[in-house]
Amino acid sequence: MRSIPPDDVFRSLADPTRRAILERLIREGELTVRAITDESGVSQPMVSKHLAVLKGAGLVRDRREGREAHYAAQARGLAPLVNWLEHYRAFWSARFDRLDDLLKRMDP
Amino acid sequence: MNQAATTDTRTVTIEREFTHPPEKVWRAISQPELMAEWLMKNDFKPVVGHRFNFRADPVPGWNGVTGCQVLIVDAPRKLSYSWADSGGDAVNGVKTVVTFTLTPTKGGTLLRMEQSGFRAGPDDRFYQGAQYGWQKMLAAMENVLSRS
Repeated sequence: MRSIPPDDVFRSLADPTRRAILERLIREGELTVRAITDESGVSQPMVSKHLAVLKGAGLVRDRREGREAHYAAQARGLAPLVNWLEHYRAFWSARFDRLDDLLKRMDP
Repeated sequence: MNQAATTDTRTVTIEREFTHPPEKVWRAISQPELMAEWLMKNDFKPVVGHRFNFRADPVPGWNGVTGCQVLIVDAPRKLSYSWADSGGDAVNGVKTVVTFTLTPTKGGTLLRMEQSGFRAGPDDRFYQGAQYGWQKMLAAMENVLSRS
C-alpha cells in the first residue's frame, strides 16, 4: 500500500466542509453521496469534489452499488497523523503503573 | 545527549521513583517473564546484539510486533534496546531507541525511560493542526483507528 504524506492529509482537512463530511462519516459509518449532500449545505457536485480530495488523501474509500456511490471513513488514512509522542507517553506511563504493581508482588 | 539527535528528532521521557532497590527493578525490566507482566510478551535476553520481539494483540494495520535489538546491558544501571514497529504500517511506524537508567535513591530507585528518535515532522504538523480546533476530531479519528 502506498503511503500518503502527512502534508496531503492535512491539506485535505484544511477545508471546514471536508472536515464536516469526514466527521460525519466517522460518526455515522458508510453513507451515500446523496445522504452526505442532504446535510452538508452545499451542492452534490461540490460534495463529490470534496469526497474526491478526501479519497486522494486516503481518508475515505468508496464503493458503487447500483447508481449510488457509498463512502466510508478509512481509519488507516489517519495513520500519518497519529501523534506517536503522545501515544508512547501514555503507553509508558500506564506500563510504569503496572511495573509498580509487579514490584510489590515480586520477592525482595 | 547528541546535539544532532535533539534537533531532528523528539524524545519521550518518563521518570518515576519506585520504593524498591535497583537490583529488584533491574530484574523486573530484564527478565523476560517479568517484563511480560508489565510490558509485553517477549523473547528478550540480556545480551548485547540479541534481536527480539515484543508481541501485543494485533490491530488493523499493525501486526502487534515490535522489533528490537539489545544495545546496552549494564546491570543494574542501564538497559537499552532499539524499538521499531513492524508489519503493514511499518512505513508510518516508529524507529526509536528505548533506554532505561536506574539511579539509587534514599527510598529506592529512580527509573528513567527515554524513548528517542521520533521524527519531528508529523508531530509538528499535529500541533499546528491543534490551532484549527482539530484536537477533537483527531481524538475521534484515533479512536476509530484503535478499534476499526
